[in-house]
Amino acid sequence: MAGIRTRQEVFFNRAAIAGVMVALFIMLVPIYWITSTAFKPRNLATTIPPTVIFTPEISPFVKLFTKRSQLRDPVSQEIYDAAPWWEQMVFDGGQKVVRSNKGVVRRSGYGQRFVNSLIIAITSTFLAVSMGTLTAYGFSRFKVKGEDDWMFFILSTRMLPPVVVAIPMFLMYRLVGLHDTHIGLIILYTAFNLSFSVWLMKGFIDEIPREYEEAALVDGYTRMQAFFKIVLPEAMTGIAATAVFCFITAWNEYAFALIMTNRRAQTAPPFIPSQIGSGLPDWTVIAAGTFLFLLPVAIFTFLLRNHLLRGMSFGAIRK
Amino acid sequence: MALSVIARLDPGSRAAKRGMSDLAIRNLFIIPTITFLIVFNIFPLLYSLGYSFTDFRASTNAPAKFVGLDNYKFLLNDEFIWRNFTITAKYVIISVTGQVIVGFGMAMLLNRDIPLKGLITTLLMLPMMLSMAVVGLFWKLLYDPSFGIINYGLGLGKFEWLADPDVALYAVALTDIWMWSPFVMLLSLAGLSAVPKHLYEAAEIDRAGSFYTFTRITLPLVAPILMIAIIFRTMEAFKTFDMAYILSSQPTTELIAIRLYKMAFLEWQTGQSSAFAYIVLIMVVAITNLYVKYLNKVKER
Repeated sequence: MAGIRTRQEVFFNRAAIAGVMVALFIMLVPIYWITSTAFKPRNLATTIPPTVIFTPEISPFVKLFTKRSQLRDPVSQEIYDAAPWWEQMVFDGGQKVVRSNKGVVRRSGYGQRFVNSLIIAITSTFLAVSMGTLTAYGFSRFKVKGEDDWMFFILSTRMLPPVVVAIPMFLMYRLVGLHDTHIGLIILYTAFNLSFSVWLMKGFIDEIPREYEEAALVDGYTRMQAFFKIVLPEAMTGIAATAVFCFITAWNEYAFALIMTNRRAQTAPPFIPSQIGSGLPDWTVIAAGTFLFLLPVAIFTFLLRNHLLRGMSFGAIRK
Repeated sequence: MALSVIARLDPGSRAAKRGMSDLAIRNLFIIPTITFLIVFNIFPLLYSLGYSFTDFRASTNAPAKFVGLDNYKFLLNDEFIWRNFTITAKYVIISVTGQVIVGFGMAMLLNRDIPLKGLITTLLMLPMMLSMAVVGLFWKLLYDPSFGIINYGLGLGKFEWLADPDVALYAVALTDIWMWSPFVMLLSLAGLSAVPKHLYEAAEIDRAGSFYTFTRITLPLVAPILMIAIIFRTMEAFKTFDMAYILSSQPTTELIAIRLYKMAFLEWQTGQSSAFAYIVLIMVVAITNLYVKYLNKVKER
């Protein structure tokens, strides 16, 4: 039956391909749009009809990392665009330059926020995955009284709305001086990702046959050696997938970062929207900041493609 | 395993001396995680439980005064809070329904011989991996009434997506649908590909119509996995904060999490917001319970 294809089937298949193409187009247009806006000159970012073909430039990125883009005063766009990017200027009523420091370029806050995001996401991922792997092994290989209840408890910590946890955490952090520190956010993200990492890793470790370790034990390995030399190498794919998921979650997190940091340890997600501010937003700069921020996640999504389903279902559904 | 048995039978043997016991390793591996989660998730909640019975405000130095159940009474009788709950319910229903229709539809389309299926699936998955805050931000650009590409593409002229209080919630839900339909699609695809082919062949031999095949074979077999997707998305939509907060500041889009944030960190009603957080918490735990129940059901299959 499989080899024969009726006309009807061929038709349905073509219709399906057309449907998929339409869906793909709709899903990708917003992403294309933010990417293309990041490379546009400012005057082409908000045109009607939208500009699709243009000469890409890097001026949005230059503005992103320098101070000039941070001007809050409403500025007439012609004056803004006419001035060279390295000049720091203060405008009066949006029409006239009051003060111009030729040749002065300061760094904007973006670079620092980006580095903060990296430090916090990487550290918390490392902690969550290493602790999670050990715990997953414990639950997978040993008898634990009330195992299901413990696993539910672990999962339930992940389900709490961030703002609910943030209220007491904010008070406690203020008390011990962890407010607006890297460590403070690292702890929160580790706690947040830990439950996920335990659930996902348990699925991966359950799949490694016990016989491997038992053979090693018979050969004279201790349990610890068997874990580090047999189980860990076998679980490497799972560990990598879990790490990427944790990284993405920490990287993208907004609510905790908004509440728990304001300058020193602020990450990129609360920073980028705050740049819209009042006055005329320069969408090319916002797009540039967004593009740089989304780029690592896009790359990771491709690396992770075979594990997406599993990660998204907390390890319950395997493929 | 064998070694631990030997170790127990003969405590003086070499096996017993070598390395840590299984019990010690188990505790060493599990206890730090449990402790960590209790200290940083459960303890804070207990801490705020205390505050929920007071009129404490974190912005002042005034000592907290015990007010008993007043905060809870006030919140449950406050019509504005109920409006936040209604808005959230509406938002959850619109966005989850939208995601199920679009996501399941895409899965049905993809569950055929489509060239480059792997690449297409991965590309479709991209939106849900992005930061919700940043997605909200750039959809603001797309929704812009005068130069947004959505109005241009749909020929809507100067349609106000976010400034019109009646439309704003739909606009936020639409963005959520764009972002999370792929999630429903991913789970549905897993469900669809697990339906045994011979069932379809048998249906074909029996000359069953395609509608009959769909309602009697496809749907029942995909239902449990679809249910997981629905519960999970419901829970996440219920918690929505980032995207809605950035996209719209209309009172008609003030979801529970946004109200909670404002109450706690803009109005500094710490005691009252702690009580509110507890009400939300109980609801989330109820949904989580459901979720885990279904998760275990699917796992057992």
